[in-house]
Amino acid sequence: MTPPDHTATAPTPTAMDPRRAMDRRDLAWYVDRAAQALVFVGGISAIIFILGIFVFVTKEGFDFVFGSLDVGEFFTSIAWRPTSNNPTYGALALMVGTASVTGFAMLFSVPLSLGAALYIAEFATGKTREALKILVEMLAAIPSVVWGFVGMSIMNPLIIETFDVPLGLGVLNAGLILGLMAAPIMTTIAEDALKAVPDTYREAAEALGATRWEVIRKVVIPASRNGLLAAVLLGVGRGFGETMAVLMASGHAINIPTSPFDSVRALTATIASELGDTVTGGNHWGALFTLGILLFVVTFVINLTADIVVRGIRKK
Amino acid sequence: MVDGSPALDGSGALGGSPALDVAAAPATVNAGTGPLYGEPPIIEVRDLTIAYDGQPALRDISLDIFRHEIFGIIGPANSGKTSFLRALNRMDGFNPGMDVRGSIRLNGKDVNDWRNVYALRSRIGVVFPLPVGLPLTVYDNVAFSPRLRGIRKKVDLDEVVERCLTRAALWDEVKDRLDSLGSLLSGGQQQRLTIARALSQEPELLLLDEFSIAVDPVTTMRIEDVLRELRSELTIVLVTNLVQQARRLADRTAFFLMGEMLDIGVTEDLFEGKVTDERTTGYIEGRYG
Repeated sequence: MTPPDHTATAPTPTAMDPRRAMDRRDLAWYVDRAAQALVFVGGISAIIFILGIFVFVTKEGFDFVFGSLDVGEFFTSIAWRPTSNNPTYGALALMVGTASVTGFAMLFSVPLSLGAALYIAEFATGKTREALKILVEMLAAIPSVVWGFVGMSIMNPLIIETFDVPLGLGVLNAGLILGLMAAPIMTTIAEDALKAVPDTYREAAEALGATRWEVIRKVVIPASRNGLLAAVLLGVGRGFGETMAVLMASGHAINIPTSPFDSVRALTATIASELGDTVTGGNHWGALFTLGILLFVVTFVINLTADIVVRGIRKK
Repeated sequence: MVDGSPALDGSGALGGSPALDVAAAPATVNAGTGPLYGEPPIIEVRDLTIAYDGQPALRDISLDIFRHEIFGIIGPANSGKTSFLRALNRMDGFNPGMDVRGSIRLNGKDVNDWRNVYALRSRIGVVFPLPVGLPLTVYDNVAFSPRLRGIRKKVDLDEVVERCLTRAALWDEVKDRLDSLGSLLSGGQQQRLTIARALSQEPELLLLDEFSIAVDPVTTMRIEDVLRELRSELTIVLVTNLVQQARRLADRTAFFLMGEMLDIGVTEDLFEGKVTDERTTGYIEGRYG
């Protein structure tokens, strides 16, 4: 008895796709390479642009920072008098202005946005849900100058009337406007984070007898903590960098605020309103770029902190 | 049998009349910890019909489940087994398209008459096909339900966690890593964790939905041992796609096919061919699945 001939059943090379069998680089191979290269360029360009902007901003402010800048004055004085005969560049009031407006905005916007996200993600159903999502996203599309307009012509008289104060342009006004501007993006990101929590968690928790609110508080929010934190930080970043609306609604007066009705001036608004009137390369020009570096560094620190916090949570 | 008096002769019901005897309780029962066929059932289901967006999933199911019994439900996919379980603890709220008709009574009270559905659910433990470890530590997973009930003291929680993990045959494996995430356990350990979690509710009814789908055979056997022991404390409804698992565990078994209950009876009787519908035997013998 001869052993069965196994080789007879093996597929012969001719049975394969002849082009593959011949080890030739076909169209699919080149397309693959091209696609990889294209995606690489897309990915790397983000890094290049960020570095480019940083280098540019730093370069423009460099001479001023190491030449004429009095660091102590910059951080502790409120005297921002770049056009005076004896110019001083104290940016404390501007920093406090930006911080107070952003802080106030977050104070009112974070609960509002997280509440909206919770409602949309956990409770709203069907048409209500869809309508809300679309409306929230439409809010994000309103140009900032329109928000500034709202701050000047609607909020300003409203604040004057309601609180009986002489001027309605200040921390309160700018904070509310900024809060409303940051709310859509925070709501959308937070809602995505909540929706990313698998429904099986909700079912399992409810099967254990948890109420809807207990499920949200003990399961959904802890599980989506990273995303919610990211949403809040994006909102902070939005508030920090916003220029036009803050310029219009804050009163744009150099001042350390002692009440929500006081006018302030933000870092961003200062750059926007003064850069056009400066001598290129002069001290004032350099000082404005220094403000830019400051903004850049603070944003960087916020993002880095967020990253570390998020990583810390993840590790735990 | 609808009046609640249990049958003393299960085989008689399986004979002539085409209508299934919903109570179909056997005369002989295991002594001691066995099913209490002489007492009113814990679950009475009458004319249960479930539809999803108008598509029927379960039609006119009537059956009784008795205390301290392991009640098996077998049948191929899409037979309505899971829908049946979901109706028992009113998980229909999760699916707006799910329409439940008929009546389900737990201890004589219709589940739809419960004013606090969360209290109802807390009395019924559920184990899902794929283990759902909440994104919490092993300890917090098991302590979740006790905390909902207001147990706050560490020493009390420790006691509950150890007891439930021990009963689920998991304590020895996880006692040194109670603070690590439940999702880091192996699949079989996670499923035992969900059983421990269900037990932490101190439920009177435990629903298991194809619990062994993602569990290796050795762990499956361990869990089956656990379930046999648990029968002395509570009532178990075991939905399974493993016919032999029903044979090993269930006191009585119902066969669901395409949304209908074709057979119900003492498990051994079904496996010995005492059926009302030929298709039951066909399924049990694996001629289709």
